[in-house]
Amino acid sequence: MDLDTSRRAFLQAAAAGLGIAVIRVAPATATPAAMDEAVRKVVGASKVSKGRVTLELPPLSENGNTVPLTVSVESPMTQAEHVRAIHIFTELNPQPDVVSFRLGPRAGRARVSTRIRLANTQTVTAIGELSDGSFWSTSAAVVVTLAACLEDA
Amino acid sequence: MANALVNVPPRARRGEIIEIKTLISHPMETGYRRSQLGATIPRDIIRLFVCTYNGTEVFRAELHPAIAANPFIVFSTVATESGTLAFQWTGDNGFSATESAAITVD
Repeated sequence: MDLDTSRRAFLQAAAAGLGIAVIRVAPATATPAAMDEAVRKVVGASKVSKGRVTLELPPLSENGNTVPLTVSVESPMTQAEHVRAIHIFTELNPQPDVVSFRLGPRAGRARVSTRIRLANTQTVTAIGELSDGSFWSTSAAVVVTLAACLEDA
Repeated sequence: MANALVNVPPRARRGEIIEIKTLISHPMETGYRRSQLGATIPRDIIRLFVCTYNGTEVFRAELHPAIAANPFIVFSTVATESGTLAFQWTGDNGFSATESAAITVD
């Protein structure tokens, strides 16, 4: 019993120590919390549901300086029902925002490709904003071998 | 002058969804890198890309430093009428570039 409590106390202390270590490292990059904040800025108080968005990213990227990304949202793209915007966010880049695409019924198809930078092995999140005001999201994990933003000029 | 490349199909059927590819040469300096002397290299990126179809905006992208150098963007639009697709990139330090492409819709 006594041993058990001390073990618990030790684990709690270790967890606290780990927390401090994480906080100390954090300022160099954005954190998942910073990403949540950036997401909140876009979606406001609305609920973000999972699904309808497809994010195509290579599972492993040799070079974080240019990672091909394709994002698409299921939508008929009519005047009544279309995708208004697609936003991309990262957890661990120096800044969570990556890009915001603004579309409309004239896009015909909600599918956009570009190339992004990734500073670390991390999760990329895409959020689709629909004309009815709903938000849909998906995430994809990418392992980055050579990180962007680190090399000197 | 920046070098911009756009790929728009020259002909399309009315109502067809066409794919547009754009590429522009730009360093997209993030503002997070340092020179060998330790000084921060100031940010120099393209902030905004807009595509208009006969004067009506059909696509817009707000870019951040996490977009790779030489921004490459692929998107689509519906071929509604013959005319001109105009592309405009604007960014830091007064950067501005335009490009246009003609399309014939049958």
